[in-house]
Amino acid sequence: MKKILIAACLALCIVLAFGATVQAKTLKLAMDADPVSLDPHVQLSGGMLQYSHMVFDPLVRWTKDMQIEPRLAEKWERLDDLTMRFYLRKGVKFHSGAEFTAKDVVFTIDRLKKSQDYKALFDPFTGPVAVSDYVVDLKTTKPYPLVLNMATYVFPMDSAFYTGTDEKGQPKDAIVKIGPSFALTNESGTGPYKVTYREQGVKNVFTRFADYWDKASPGNADEIVLTPIKNDATRVAALLSGDVDFIMPVPPQDYERIRKEKGVQLATMAGSRIITVQLNQKRRPEFANRKVRQAIVYAINNEGIVKKIMKGEALAAGQQGPMGFAGYDPALVPRYDLEKAKTLMKEAGFENGFSCSMIAPNNRYVNDEKIAEAIVSMLAKINIKVNLKTMPKAQYWDEFDAQVADIQMIGWHSDTEDSANYTEFLCMCPDKETGYGQYNSGNYCNPQVDELVLDSQSETDPAKRSQILKQVERILYDDAAYVPLHWQNLSWAGKSNLDIDPIVNVMNFPYFGDLVIK
Amino acid sequence: MFAFVIRRIIQSLFVILVIGFIGFAIKHQIGDPVRDLVGISVSKAERDALREQLGLNDPFMSQYVRFMKNAVHGDLGMSFFYKKPTLEVIVKKAPATLELVFVSSLIIIFLSIPAGVYAAIRPRSWLTRFIMGASIVGVSIPVFLTAILLIYVFSVELGWLPSYGRGATVSLWGWETGLLTIDGWKHLILPSIALSSIMLPLFIRLIRSEMMEVLQSEYVKYAWAKGLAPRRVYFVHAFKNTLLPVITVGGVQLGILIAYTILTETVFQWQGMGFMFLEAVERSDTTLLVAYMMVVGVVFVAVNTMVDIIYGLVNPTVRIAGRK
Repeated sequence: MKKILIAACLALCIVLAFGATVQAKTLKLAMDADPVSLDPHVQLSGGMLQYSHMVFDPLVRWTKDMQIEPRLAEKWERLDDLTMRFYLRKGVKFHSGAEFTAKDVVFTIDRLKKSQDYKALFDPFTGPVAVSDYVVDLKTTKPYPLVLNMATYVFPMDSAFYTGTDEKGQPKDAIVKIGPSFALTNESGTGPYKVTYREQGVKNVFTRFADYWDKASPGNADEIVLTPIKNDATRVAALLSGDVDFIMPVPPQDYERIRKEKGVQLATMAGSRIITVQLNQKRRPEFANRKVRQAIVYAINNEGIVKKIMKGEALAAGQQGPMGFAGYDPALVPRYDLEKAKTLMKEAGFENGFSCSMIAPNNRYVNDEKIAEAIVSMLAKINIKVNLKTMPKAQYWDEFDAQVADIQMIGWHSDTEDSANYTEFLCMCPDKETGYGQYNSGNYCNPQVDELVLDSQSETDPAKRSQILKQVERILYDDAAYVPLHWQNLSWAGKSNLDIDPIVNVMNFPYFGDLVIK
Repeated sequence: MFAFVIRRIIQSLFVILVIGFIGFAIKHQIGDPVRDLVGISVSKAERDALREQLGLNDPFMSQYVRFMKNAVHGDLGMSFFYKKPTLEVIVKKAPATLELVFVSSLIIIFLSIPAGVYAAIRPRSWLTRFIMGASIVGVSIPVFLTAILLIYVFSVELGWLPSYGRGATVSLWGWETGLLTIDGWKHLILPSIALSSIMLPLFIRLIRSEMMEVLQSEYVKYAWAKGLAPRRVYFVHAFKNTLLPVITVGGVQLGILIAYTILTETVFQWQGMGFMFLEAVERSDTTLLVAYMMVVGVVFVAVNTMVDIIYGLVNPTVRIAGRK
C-alpha cells in the first residue's frame, strides 16, 4: 500500500511539473485599430507595419536607439555608389513551409514598386538582382544614402505562395485597395507569428510559428489575441480590469492612474512625430516677414504646452527631427521669450498686431484641439488675434490642402526615419511636378534649402550627409520657416509580468516576437 | 382595412426614397474616403487616380443614378474599409446590435411596466418618489457616461463583469449569437443596462401618466361604483387602455434605440452596427455610411408601418378615420 501511494504521488508530481512546463502563454493585446488587410503592401501605416513585424520579418530593423540591426539579412556592404549587397540568412522558413531565398526579396521589392503607398519611396531603386540563392544586390538609379532605411520596409513575402491565380482568376500578387484579393485574406511570411483567425474590426489571433528562425529571440508568447478597442477609456478599463494584458496607445489623461495601479506598468518614450503649425506667407503677407515669423516662434511656449497640456508626456522641439536622426543639432532648442517676441513685432512694424485665421484637427494628434487653443492665447499676447476653427480629421485634410486658413496645424512622422523627409514634405518649395513641399501650407520657399536637401539625396557618406542636413535645420531655425512645437510621446501599458521596455521603439511598433511574459 | 394598409405601405416607400436621396447627398459632405485608404505621403496624382478609379469624380446625378440602379438590385456598393459589399458587412454586424436592442427592450418592458403602474396606483409613496427621482437622473446622464461608470464600477473595481466585447458566440444558421453562452450573457449585461437607461425613464413616466389619466376616466369610476375588485379595475380595465399609447411610442422608440447603440457600442467596443457606423464616419467610408442609413431607414419605416397597422387592429376607430 505504501509503495502504491509513493508511486501515485510521484506520478502526480511528474504530471504537475509537465503541465506547468507546457502551459501556453497568451497575450491579450488591445490597440486602437487592427490591420486593414493581411497584405503588408496595401497600405503604409503604423498599424500595418506593426502587423508586418509580427507576421513577416524585415531584412533589417531599427533598434531602440536608432541603429540598424540584421534580421533576414545577416550582413551587407556597399559595392559601389549604386549597389548595396545583402547576404541573406540561410535556413529560414516561410509559414507555408517554403525556404526563404533571394528570389523572395526580388519578388517583394518588385511588388513594393507597384504599391500605391510604397512606389514613391522605392522610386530610387531599379530591379534588384539575385546574385545567388542567398545574395541579393539592391541597385539605385543614382547614389542613394537611405538604402538601409528602406530595407527596413522590405518584409520578404513567399514568392511561390503569392504566384499564380486565385479561385476567382485574379493574380495572387494583386494589390487591391478596394475589394477582395488573395493577399487580403492569406499570408505567408517568415515572422514569429502566423495568422490563425481574423475578423476585421473584431478579433485577430496570431499563433507562434514553430519553425521561426530566430532561436535567439527571448519571446515566449505562444499566442496573441489582438482586439481593436477604439475608445480610450474602454481600452484603459480593459487593462485595469484584467481583460487584456497590453494596450497601445495610452491616453495621456490616464498615465497617472496606470502608474499608481498595482499589477500594471506604463512605458513611454519620445517619438519622432513632430507637431507643427505653418504660417501661410501667401495668404497673409505679414507672415512673409521673417521677423514676424520669429516673433511667433518666440511667443509660443513649447515647454509650457508640454507641461500643462501634454502633462509632461512630450518633448519640446526646436527642429524637425529628434535625437538620433541624421540632421539633429543639439544647439537648436525651443525658443520662448515674450519680450523678444514683442520687440520683433515692433521692429517689423506690427506692434499693434493683426488678425488671422487658423484651422486644426480635433481627433488626429494627441490633444490637438487644446494645443491649438493654447496657441491662440499665446499669440494674443503679441496682439495677433487668431480665429480658430477645429474639425475632425476626415474633413480637416481637404481644408488643409485648400489652404483655407492663414495658420494650419500638421504633424509629421518621417517614413524613412530620416531628417530629409521632414523637409521634403513640409519646407521645400511646393512643386506639384516633383511632389516636394506637398504639405508646405506655409508656402515657405528657400532655394538654398532645396539645393541642400537635393544634395543630401545623393550623398552616401553618413558624416557628410549629417552635416548637410544639420545646415538645413539651422537655416529653417533662423528663418522661422514654421513653428515646431513638440514630438509626441509614444505610450504603452501592460500587466507587470510583461517585459515591455526591451521591445518598444521610436517607430511605435513593439517587437512582440521578442516579448517575455514572466 | 386593406386600403389602409396599402396606403401606409406606399407612404413608407416614398419615405425610403427620400432617405436614400438625402443620405446620398450628405455623402459628399462627409469627407474624402481616399484619405483613409492611402498613407499621408502618397502623392496627389496617385490619390487623384484612385479617386477616378472609384468613380468619385463623376457628377452627382451620374453617381446617384448609378447608386439607385445598383440599390434596386440589392447592391449598395463596396465598403472602402472592409473591402466587402456593404450589405454583407451590415448583415454580419446586425446580430450584435439586434441582440443588444432586444435584451435592452426586455429590461425596459419588465422594469417600466411594474414601476409605472405602481407609481400611478400609489402616487405618493416613498418608493414612487424614489422611482421618479431615479428616472430624472437616468434620463439626464448621457449614455456614454453611464456606460463608463458601469465599466469602472463592475469591471475595474469589483471585477464582476467583462469590460468590453461580445464574448463567446455560437453560429446558429449563420447568425452569430451570444445568447447561447454564459460568456455571451455576461458580456451583454453592462451594455444592455447602459442602453436601456436611455429609454427606461421615459417609459416609466409614460406609463405612469397614461395610467393616472385612465384612472380618472368615467368608465373606471363606474367600475369602482359597481364594486369591482381593485385588481380587476387596475389590470383589466385600466391597464389595457394604458398600453395603447405605449405601443405606439414603443414602436418609434425601438427604432431610436437602434440609433442610440452608436454610443453604447463605441464605449463597450460592442461590434455591432452602431460602432460600425461611427467608424465609417471617421474613416469617410461613404459607401458604408449610405448603405447603413438606407438599412436603418428601412427598418425604422417598417417598424412604424407595422405599429400603425397593429394600432388599427387594436383600435378600430383609427380605421374609420382613415377610411374617410
